[in-house]
Amino acid sequence: MAVSVTQPEVLATAKPEAVADLLPSNGLHPVYSELRKPLILGNKSNADVTRDICQLLEPKPGLGWWISLSVSLVLLIIGVVATVHTVNTGIGTWGLNKTIGWAFDITNFVFWIGIGHAGTFISAILFLFNQKWRTSVNRSAEAMTLIAVMCAGLFPIIHMGRPWLFYWVLPYPNTRGTLWVNFRSPLLWDFFAISTYFTISAVFWYLGLVPDLATARDRTKSRLRRVLYRVMSLGWNGSNRTWSRYETVYAVLAALATPLVLSVHSIVSFDFATSLIPGWHSTIFPPYFVAGAVFSGFAMVMTLMILVRKLMHLEDYITPQHLENMCKVALLTGSIVGLAYITEIFIGLYSGNPNEIFVIINRGLGPYAWAYWIMFGCNALVSQLFWFKKLRTSIPAIFVLSILINVGMWFERFVIIVTSLHRDFLPSSWAMYTPTITEVGLLVGSFGLFFTAFLIFLRLFPVISINEVKGVLKYAKQH
Amino acid sequence: MRSNTDESAKVVRYTAAVFDAEEDLVSAASAARKSGFEIFDAYTPFPVHGLDRAVGLPPSRLTWIAFIAGAIGLVLGLTLQVWTSAYDWPLNVGGKPFNSFPLFIPVAFELTVLFSGLIAIGVLFARNRMWLFSKRRVFERVTDDRFVLVLKQSDASFDVEKAVSLFARHNAINVIEGDQFV
Repeated sequence: MAVSVTQPEVLATAKPEAVADLLPSNGLHPVYSELRKPLILGNKSNADVTRDICQLLEPKPGLGWWISLSVSLVLLIIGVVATVHTVNTGIGTWGLNKTIGWAFDITNFVFWIGIGHAGTFISAILFLFNQKWRTSVNRSAEAMTLIAVMCAGLFPIIHMGRPWLFYWVLPYPNTRGTLWVNFRSPLLWDFFAISTYFTISAVFWYLGLVPDLATARDRTKSRLRRVLYRVMSLGWNGSNRTWSRYETVYAVLAALATPLVLSVHSIVSFDFATSLIPGWHSTIFPPYFVAGAVFSGFAMVMTLMILVRKLMHLEDYITPQHLENMCKVALLTGSIVGLAYITEIFIGLYSGNPNEIFVIINRGLGPYAWAYWIMFGCNALVSQLFWFKKLRTSIPAIFVLSILINVGMWFERFVIIVTSLHRDFLPSSWAMYTPTITEVGLLVGSFGLFFTAFLIFLRLFPVISINEVKGVLKYAKQH
Repeated sequence: MRSNTDESAKVVRYTAAVFDAEEDLVSAASAARKSGFEIFDAYTPFPVHGLDRAVGLPPSRLTWIAFIAGAIGLVLGLTLQVWTSAYDWPLNVGGKPFNSFPLFIPVAFELTVLFSGLIAIGVLFARNRMWLFSKRRVFERVTDDRFVLVLKQSDASFDVEKAVSLFARHNAINVIEGDQFV
């Protein structure tokens, strides 16, 4: 099948009849480069891609989907009950105390925001770097981003205690003399960063979806879906003028989303780094948090993609090569995270500041040492296993490792927040923190919300970017 | 100059060719332009590289819109923060100066991105007349696997025979003629 790249003239003049057995139905010359492996397997034509992706939406959902949805809904209901209990009774239902004012909910907030970062990394940064393999995973990764940011946003709002007054963080003319918000506070920056991030991610995702909704509109037989897709596809007809402007704006949004995503987790890290608490007051926090966010997000993308490709039979679209590429990103960012852990230890011990030295020793050997070593093992050590090609290309191995990384990254935030707070400057105020059942319920509920929304996304919208995949079908041909 | 035809031109007599492969569309488009035909538009299931040049479409100016919108967002963001923090109701927070300019950068940056992104996409939708109840002609299978090139029959000198033979030379699988183009 492979024809040498050294004879382009021969390829160009080859008559289609001569290679008819290799010829895909759209008449393309099936000439493979030796350097570029095809991104999409199965020698698909454009029509095959349309059919493969759209037919996932057409039949009634199967038993597996209903079971998954039921489980997710149960988790979601647990979360709703925990939320109602918290809001009704107050933050006293949580295990917080005077020493540890932030714990479980902020851990969950940072965890979910971090998950979101991989979606933007895939959709924007890899777009700018012209990484064509992103086309198979960007749609669902972006959906994951949106849902993860929603899950994240809930935690600070619930933590406010009176969530119905959350709009007080907006700088609007008000009856309190127009007392403005404090623009010097990183917590306020957080609000602006996350709401901008959500908005830009949402329009970016929707813009990418419009041409595919038109494809679904022109194919679906269901009346309800046709109305939905017709309205949402905004009259898309594939005009080249439209495409030209569309691609311009898509590139602009990618260029905007790239610094945006870096700013979001940097600002999240400022919540900690601008304080004076030993273990938080650190200049490496922004890059450390951003690398950790991309790392945890890629782990979640890999977990989801392995499930999606198996359950929805998308093996030709999400290939082991895609997973291997994601493993490489996880290896890089995981190594940065590992380096940050070691740097923290070194700088802490080298600082000469007894409080900093104590925090480092307390993390590794104190009452929360178990959490610290889960974090260290699952992130810094597990990510190093991706050096081995055998593990990078074995799907069961990737699945297990990606879940370990998810666990590790949740513990990273727990360690940073709780171990720094529970024993700070004044030993008489030292305390321990244990989450209550309500807090665990909120975490469980956020997973319920995440999976419920993701399952609905899988049924409602094309799960793979049809138009972008068509654009890379010839990736390995004619070069 | 930019063509004003766009999708707004409701009544155009046209000749359209349907292709199976994007290479045929691109080569037919550049051949048609060389032979003096006026290209109304092309319709494709995905953005085809080199088609803009083949049909002679200049680069979009939306990048400038995005830049100007971002600049507006930046100025508004800084003005809002400086005015509220230093002029309208100055509050002493931790002894920081009322005009704590470096601390205003993050929110100003977020507003730059927000304005730039939202206005760029809004102008894109407006310029393309994309809205919820937009009704535009969709050629059959063009959102699936067909590529359509539409030539405008600008005047009586339009040579249909010549157009059809040009299409045939570039492996067109069908030629459509029509009056209304909505």
